[in-house]
Amino acid sequence: MLAPSTTTTHLQRRSINWLGPFTLLLLALPLVDQAAQRELLQLFVTEPYLELHTGPGRGYPVSQVVARGDSVDVLFRRTEWYKVRTERGVEGWASEDSLLHAMLADGSAFKVDRGNRDGYRSHHWEGAVMAGDYGGASEFGGLATYSLTDNLKAELYGAQYLGNVYNGYILDLGLDHVFMPEWRVSPFVTLGTGVERVEPRTTLVRPINQNYQTAYVGLGARFYLVRRFFVRAEYRSHTVFTNTDLNEVKTEWKIGFAFFY
Amino acid sequence: MENRLRILLLASVVTMTTGCATMHRLWPWHHHVDAQAAAQKADAEADAAAAAADTAPPPTVIDPQVVRRKIKVPKIKAKDIELGANFGEISIESYTAAPVWGVTGDYHITEDVFFEAAGGRAVAGQTSFETLSGNIQLLTEAERQFTYYNLSIGYNFLPGEIFLGPTHALTSGFYLLGGLGAVKFEGNSTFAVNYGAGFRVLPTDWLVIRIEAQDILFKSDFLGTNRLRNNLTAHIGASVYF
Repeated sequence: MLAPSTTTTHLQRRSINWLGPFTLLLLALPLVDQAAQRELLQLFVTEPYLELHTGPGRGYPVSQVVARGDSVDVLFRRTEWYKVRTERGVEGWASEDSLLHAMLADGSAFKVDRGNRDGYRSHHWEGAVMAGDYGGASEFGGLATYSLTDNLKAELYGAQYLGNVYNGYILDLGLDHVFMPEWRVSPFVTLGTGVERVEPRTTLVRPINQNYQTAYVGLGARFYLVRRFFVRAEYRSHTVFTNTDLNEVKTEWKIGFAFFY
Repeated sequence: MENRLRILLLASVVTMTTGCATMHRLWPWHHHVDAQAAAQKADAEADAAAAAADTAPPPTVIDPQVVRRKIKVPKIKAKDIELGANFGEISIESYTAAPVWGVTGDYHITEDVFFEAAGGRAVAGQTSFETLSGNIQLLTEAERQFTYYNLSIGYNFLPGEIFLGPTHALTSGFYLLGGLGAVKFEGNSTFAVNYGAGFRVLPTDWLVIRIEAQDILFKSDFLGTNRLRNNLTAHIGASVYF
């Protein structure tokens, strides 16, 4: 006979009553208990049992099991964990992997769009956070792209760079051509134009900020990781149309963590 | 005359025999023939039906008359975004420690990894030089504002539970953070690197209490030499999942 678990019975009694002093805060937040009013998805357990954890992670202990044939109501999702309520009103967290074996009330399988290689090949939107080096200065920024076709994407990139002599901001609008979107590592070329704001750093004289138009050409690669995530790395050569006789050329290297929808 | 008679008789015979062909159903023995043909036809049909029955699916014994339930699949709400505010103390190198306010926005990608965008502001005190020299002020009031913002990646580890008496358990966990950003201080924006660690407790599924310590590093030559400056900050905050 196993010793009784210390975490099996307290879940349903977990209440927010003891948060009495925070009642005003609770009222101020409209999200509270929205789940009770929404229609909830009902899933039926088809495996011998479904494990419910105390928290949204594999490290949290299993506090309850739901038997085959019983159902759970899905309250909401956090990353790949689902907060569910059993028929007896006990709440706990079930992993997405375990719920993929469950079925809906009409007998069909529960499906989740987690993103896959097909989605990596063909999708509408991408976003990325990127960091790198722009003309010797450190830069970090964000990128959004929209797929015109699987191969051709329109992109908007904004970044701030911070160097020893100059700081500044860049905003680029361009087109990416991905040669083989179905490859796990897919190369691309990019071409576009943008604006740059240069803020010279100095502590002695009042600096004059300048705005310039730029154009760039570059190449890079996308590397599919898992689900809807991939890594994007690229090199760009920017031509800055300064108001002197010579245009300035700045090279840019950057790498970022990207996702698609 | 004979010829005419013969033609008449022959014509009569021809007419009568053709009439027999049309009136055959009036003769009793024709019924017998019809019955035989009908029997043969019925046999052939039965054979064909039997042959068809061999290949066709068997007739259903029970017709269930059940209409399949059509269910609407409600969308599962994702609560991966965490917005919060924090308050603490920052020790700005070469200056005195100062209170710091901050805001954070987190996106939880997996149970292990999350992104965080953070920013905060403090007002630096005086350097030792300013304190000792009397009236000399190195910075204006605006330059004394220490503003930081950064983009970090975080990693959750050591998940656990905190027990409040015998009936309550709160989920908790440690996390590590590291990122890039900028510090605006002493009249300049400077590239900064931040790293730190924290501890989070969830009193409910949507409320998070966080205690965090971070070091914000940047290089500056403002106070003489160009050197790396550490700005240690410790704060406590609350955030809400959306």
